[in-house]
Amino acid sequence: MSADRAQILNGIRRSLQRGELAGDQLKSVQDRLARPPRGPAIARAQVAPADKVALFCQWAEFNNATVARLAAADVPGEVTGFLARNNLPASVAMAPSPLLEGYDWASEKMLSIRRGRGEGSDQVSITGAFAGIAETGTLVTASGPDHPVSLNLLPDTHIVVLRESDIVGGYEDVWTRLRERYGKDRMPRTVNTITGPSRTGDIEQTIELGAHGPRRMHILVVRE
Amino acid sequence: MQSTAHAFKDNVGAALADPNLQDSLSKLKVGFSERRRQAAERLPEFEALRDRARDIKNHTLANLDFYLEEFERKVTALGGHVHWAPTAADARRIIADLCRSVGARTVAKSKSMVAEEIALNEHLEELGIAPIETDLGEYIIQLRHEPPSHIIAPAVHLTKDQVADTFLEHHRKLGFDKRLTERNDLVAEARYVLRQKFLDADVGLTGANFLVAETGSSMLVTNEGNADLSNTLPRMHIVLASIEKVIPTLEDAAVLLRVLARSATGQESSAYTTLNTGPKRPGDLDGPEQYHVVLLDNGRSGVLGTEMQEILRCIRCGACMNHCPVYGAVGGHAYGWVYPGPMGAVLTPQLVGVEEASNLPNASTFCGRCESVCPVRIPLPKLMRHWREREFERHLTPRAVRQGLALWSFVARRPGLYRSLTAIANRMLSLFGRAEGRYRSLPLAGGWTRFRDFPAPPSGGTFHAQWKATRKQP
Amino acid sequence: MHPIFAAAMVVGVSTSIENDRPPPRRVALFVTCLVDLFRPAVGFAAVKLLEEAGCTVEVPPLQVCCGQPAYNTGDRATTRAIAMQVMDAFEGYDAVVAPSGSCGGMLSHHYPALFDDDPALKARAEDLAARSHELISFLVDVLNVDRVAARYDGTVTYHDSCSGLRELGVKEQPRRLLGSVKGLALREMKTPEVCCGFGGTFCVKYPEISNAMVGEKSADIAATGADTLLAGDLGCLMNMAGKLQREGSAVRVRHVAEVLAGMGDLPAIGEPEAGAR
Repeated sequence: MSADRAQILNGIRRSLQRGELAGDQLKSVQDRLARPPRGPAIARAQVAPADKVALFCQWAEFNNATVARLAAADVPGEVTGFLARNNLPASVAMAPSPLLEGYDWASEKMLSIRRGRGEGSDQVSITGAFAGIAETGTLVTASGPDHPVSLNLLPDTHIVVLRESDIVGGYEDVWTRLRERYGKDRMPRTVNTITGPSRTGDIEQTIELGAHGPRRMHILVVRE
Repeated sequence: MQSTAHAFKDNVGAALADPNLQDSLSKLKVGFSERRRQAAERLPEFEALRDRARDIKNHTLANLDFYLEEFERKVTALGGHVHWAPTAADARRIIADLCRSVGARTVAKSKSMVAEEIALNEHLEELGIAPIETDLGEYIIQLRHEPPSHIIAPAVHLTKDQVADTFLEHHRKLGFDKRLTERNDLVAEARYVLRQKFLDADVGLTGANFLVAETGSSMLVTNEGNADLSNTLPRMHIVLASIEKVIPTLEDAAVLLRVLARSATGQESSAYTTLNTGPKRPGDLDGPEQYHVVLLDNGRSGVLGTEMQEILRCIRCGACMNHCPVYGAVGGHAYGWVYPGPMGAVLTPQLVGVEEASNLPNASTFCGRCESVCPVRIPLPKLMRHWREREFERHLTPRAVRQGLALWSFVARRPGLYRSLTAIANRMLSLFGRAEGRYRSLPLAGGWTRFRDFPAPPSGGTFHAQWKATRKQP
Repeated sequence: MHPIFAAAMVVGVSTSIENDRPPPRRVALFVTCLVDLFRPAVGFAAVKLLEEAGCTVEVPPLQVCCGQPAYNTGDRATTRAIAMQVMDAFEGYDAVVAPSGSCGGMLSHHYPALFDDDPALKARAEDLAARSHELISFLVDVLNVDRVAARYDGTVTYHDSCSGLRELGVKEQPRRLLGSVKGLALREMKTPEVCCGFGGTFCVKYPEISNAMVGEKSADIAATGADTLLAGDLGCLMNMAGKLQREGSAVRVRHVAEVLAGMGDLPAIGEPEAGAR
């Protein structure tokens, strides 16, 4: 196997007419990795803090998610209300996240909650989110004990609880947060960035929602 | 995938005569290009992002060995494995061994053009391992035993009715015996049929849009969710990616992501953009126990440093083929291999040989629309012309063309002779064409007059003859 | 100023005599092989437009072709030989102007790279490239012509030839000048920027694909209801005219220079001359 590795690397170096990088050239690329330069600033991502939430909601809805802005106390009620409005069973698979524990689920007596990973039979999941990106109305989730990835993918309906304070301007702001939280050498197994429900254009190029992932996405944007 | 690129002209004939294909292409020509235009208009920084994307790719290619080694270091540090595959056969062997090591019976696959390139499915099937295509377009063509016709929308050549017929034929034994007519019903049926396969699969195999060296992550840009189901539920996740997929940092990824979705489908962002880094961690409730990245070379390292190098910037968005009038006339299958359209016309001769694929870089008017929409500014017509130069050097250009060109060249380099001959040709063409002003058929011009009339020059002589006669100065 | 000149200014000859207009230029016409052989009127229209804009026009006799047939077939050696011939023939002129986007683009964009290995020749090629122009963009962008005195009674649709559009940025300039032609109405096609399928040797090497492309173009033209098709490249025009006529269309096809020069009453491309029978 290391012979194959050498073959490819040597092939590259031969084509580039040089040996292994060394000296200033090596230092330069190492510096670039250590301090990643950003591309052109995107005006849309530099939105003022006061407008971030509104921009996020606008783009999320553009991409076929539904959005509710509410206070923390109203979260459980909004969930049961949403399920009832859409004729969905009051039975959810919830991510075992300390943040989600902070809401008063017990107040919704008819809501049956199973905490854990997703199962093929789940119809509705509730998770938190690591961040929201205003630039594109995108949710970001990071895998871990408090967020099994299968909850993002298996159920028909995905309900996400996103705090306003976790909404950032653009992709670069999410990378910064991820590095701060985990360290760039220890990213979570899976970072999902999710923009609206699953979809496909594979039949006559017309977008249909709900290919393999959730058909419906409801985002609760919570002010604290 | 076995190449039929040598049969390009026959493929073209079949394509032009296929009403379903022509119907599908007429939608493609308008759909993707219009959406891309709108998406580009909505983002003022789009052109600046294209320049930056090109520069990121150029920088990476100039330091490709460093970034690949860095990527490997990070993957390994987090418990993943990197495998180096110089050839397609090496990649097939590595993947087969990995599958066998966990006793895999089924592999849930999300769409991968590299997997097509190395003919992975046939190899796995020979070994008794069933690859399950989960991307809807790939699933449809797998049922039909057809190759993909587009690099991001593999079934774009099919009409809804063709899909409905295929589903009826293959899903009947599963209990679905109703022929569907609505698109959303077809999607729902596929979702249902494939759901259990995700849950049962032993291995998930995906491609990668980018490999991020900084964090040791593979990045996937999709819409359906099948790739993410494939890389989360099974015990083993294999990423198959060619070496030029590596990019330095997450910031570089942000630039490329911004131009990728917009160029491909006109979306601001795809539904799912996922970073996978290593296997599951202690405490994770799901995720694969093993994470393997197979890096394929298959001739790419040899393109570096050559006049074809710029094709390695390609991020597989499909914009070039969406805008190409030749692709729009004949579709992807006519190109005969994995990569169709303008980028295929440049890459295919490199990977299967210019003798096999000699038609592809020639079947272009060099209109330049591809280059005008390429998010990483690849000069596709220039690269196609380089292939024509190589063919000319190797005497692969058809004899009649070479001879015609030699004759023309002889005359063109002798202005006096040229003037005499064109005066004669002009006189003959205008004389015999006088009555109608045009020719319905013309010797030696059958290719033209088969479909078009040929305009006759008016009487009076060539421009140069008239100029000389009527003007005092030369 | 003598009253006669003031009067001429008021009447508005095709270009006005402004104080900041550049002095008359010594322009060489690059005829193009297609114009020379198939439609000399385009060359004369070009000369007329350039002279009316205050240029003196010469036609170097040793020109033949820009070399594209060899270039696009991959024969670099022949292309270089022809390019050197062109550089010799057009030495010393202020500007080299071609009634063609593809020939103009060949000279201004592709010649220099042919001589990457020879600094002296490359310098000459770059010098020629800097002086080379397509006709309509030369009139509008360099000579600041913003109107013509022509008249054309008809509805026109305009095809954007690929090289002119994408290599040279020719898009607005012909439309601006056409807008000044009295009696002319312009109706845009749905996709004026899509290739017509000519592509030089492409149309005879891959005739079926070329036919599919020009068939779409003719349908687009027909849908405009225009009675005239214009473009800036004779190859495209002959291709589209041939297809339209094979389909029995009554649309007349001309080079845009002919209309702008007031020569719009000539027999159109592929039409018999008056009194031919």
